Amino acid sequence: MQEELKRLKKMAVQIRRDMIEATAHGQGGGIHIGPALSAADIAAALYFKIMEVDPKEPYWPKRDRFILSKGHAYAVLYAALAEKGFFPREELLTMRAINSRLQGHPSYKKAPGVDMTSGSLGNGLGCGLGIALAMKKQGTAHRKVYVMLGDGECQEGMVWEAALAAPHFGADNLAVIIDHNHYQSCGVLDEILPLYPLEDKWKAFGWHVMEMNGHDMSDIVSKLTVAKEFSGRPVCVIAHTVKGKGISFMEHNNAWHNGRCREEQYAEAMKELDAQEAAIDAGRL
Amino acid sequence: MRTFEMEKKTTRDAFGEAVLELAREDPTVIGIGADTTSNLGMKKMAAEMPDRVYNVGIAEQNMMGMAAGLAASGYRVFGGSFAPFIAMRSLEQFRTFIAYPHLNVVMAGGMGGLSAANEGVTHQCPEDISIMRSIAGNVVAYPADTAATKAVIRALGSHEGPAYVRLGKFAFRKVFDENYKFEIGKAQVLKDGKDVAILACGAVIYRALQAADVLREEGIEAMVLDCSCIKPLDEEAVLAAAEKTGCIVTVEDSTIMGALGGAAAEVLGEHRPTPMKRVGIQDCFTESGDLDGLMDKYGLSVNDIAEAAKAVIARK
Repeated sequence: MQEELKRLKKMAVQIRRDMIEATAHGQGGGIHIGPALSAADIAAALYFKIMEVDPKEPYWPKRDRFILSKGHAYAVLYAALAEKGFFPREELLTMRAINSRLQGHPSYKKAPGVDMTSGSLGNGLGCGLGIALAMKKQGTAHRKVYVMLGDGECQEGMVWEAALAAPHFGADNLAVIIDHNHYQSCGVLDEILPLYPLEDKWKAFGWHVMEMNGHDMSDIVSKLTVAKEFSGRPVCVIAHTVKGKGISFMEHNNAWHNGRCREEQYAEAMKELDAQEAAIDAGRL
Repeated sequence: MRTFEMEKKTTRDAFGEAVLELAREDPTVIGIGADTTSNLGMKKMAAEMPDRVYNVGIAEQNMMGMAAGLAASGYRVFGGSFAPFIAMRSLEQFRTFIAYPHLNVVMAGGMGGLSAANEGVTHQCPEDISIMRSIAGNVVAYPADTAATKAVIRALGSHEGPAYVRLGKFAFRKVFDENYKFEIGKAQVLKDGKDVAILACGAVIYRALQAADVLREEGIEAMVLDCSCIKPLDEEAVLAAAEKTGCIVTVEDSTIMGALGGAAAEVLGEHRPTPMKRVGIQDCFTESGDLDGLMDKYGLSVNDIAEAAKAVIARK
């Protein structure tokens, strides 16, 4: 297990490297790096431990599904898919640029591995519910649909339409992961429109709710494993995260909601990621 | 002037019946509604195959999302609600999650056009066709009666991609029978004529035919073209009608901006500038009332159509 956690932590570092590379050298302009970094550890766990997908057959009907409802974190999805082998890592530099399969926000049927169009906030859970019900009909309900919502995204009304519907339709093969990084585009979530008590709200809507440290790989794997196996009710995992996690000057700094790295920032970020990898290898992280 | 009988059933009933017929043949057909499955004639389907009809509650946006998810998993989804809640409230979900990935979802707008009648402006939707026509790759149809509705749904049952179908609240006049053929992208000549061409769709087709009768009494031979498939519009048929008659009138209980009239004007303007007039709802909100009364009051009387025809003939 320790070796496995090490492998997953290193994968999260690699996903962050890929994203920083695109943020500095991508052809598509600015990248929403902050909200992608907060989701990197969870994405590593999903694609390299929890979910069963096949890069050779991206539309394999029996796969698990992932919908990045907070589609502005596209960079983390694209990086995870590239590392998984859905397309070459070099292609990541084309994200958001003209003629790329990696659209400005994820687009179903365009980039292999993207299970649903997303990015217009509030919509992913309803789409995920539809897929979950289809899986039940098709006898693949042992698979799961994982939908990642942003915390700010939970201000959207449609989230709650779907949250109300999922338990009613018995979609216990649906799991929500909320990337609770406490920021939204304009600033601090608690100042703009607070969500508390978030856990109680999901509970009241009939979901099985868990909380986890979204940057502690052991906790992530443990909670997502429970989510994967859980039946009877849909599951909501509130992941406590840090916007910009992993790059010191981006952490808790909403200026990096969307940005572009200058060369010195790129070098500094890569240095930090190298140090993290060394620490993981040495068993210190 | 010929008269047309009022049907006993609504096009919404016909929609549900047609979806059920498809569902019996095609196991991938799913019905979905936002507290509208009964309103859309799906009651029988829900009783016969309860696991294939979802009533998602009064939550149109979530209905679109669920429809997208089901369609992305291989199902062919037929759903709907009242037209303003499909073409407006949940438009973005339809556009981004259904039309953008080009999924097999047919959404019906019951109470489209003026047909919500006494419900008033909140439930009427003369804008639906203009709005839904602007969505890339989306088929838009407005059948005239129950027979036409069944033909439209049958055609969409094997169509790849999204579609919007405008339905009525109350019964329409019977214009067609079970021999009615509907082909996506095709118009059909209901009556030939050389002096003017009247292009019509949906619930006003019977009025276009009546106007042609009135004109004939005055020695004017009007062609009447059934343009119930508004998108893709049968450009060839529209241009041929313009070529033959030299002037065009469009008729619909839609806004004159961007619906059938707009679509015809686009084609004619680009390929064959032709005197034309759009008979439809002007730049105004309407009001509650009975459907016939509203049509008469808002410029869609048989006389309005005949007068429009004479006006364009004079401009030839």
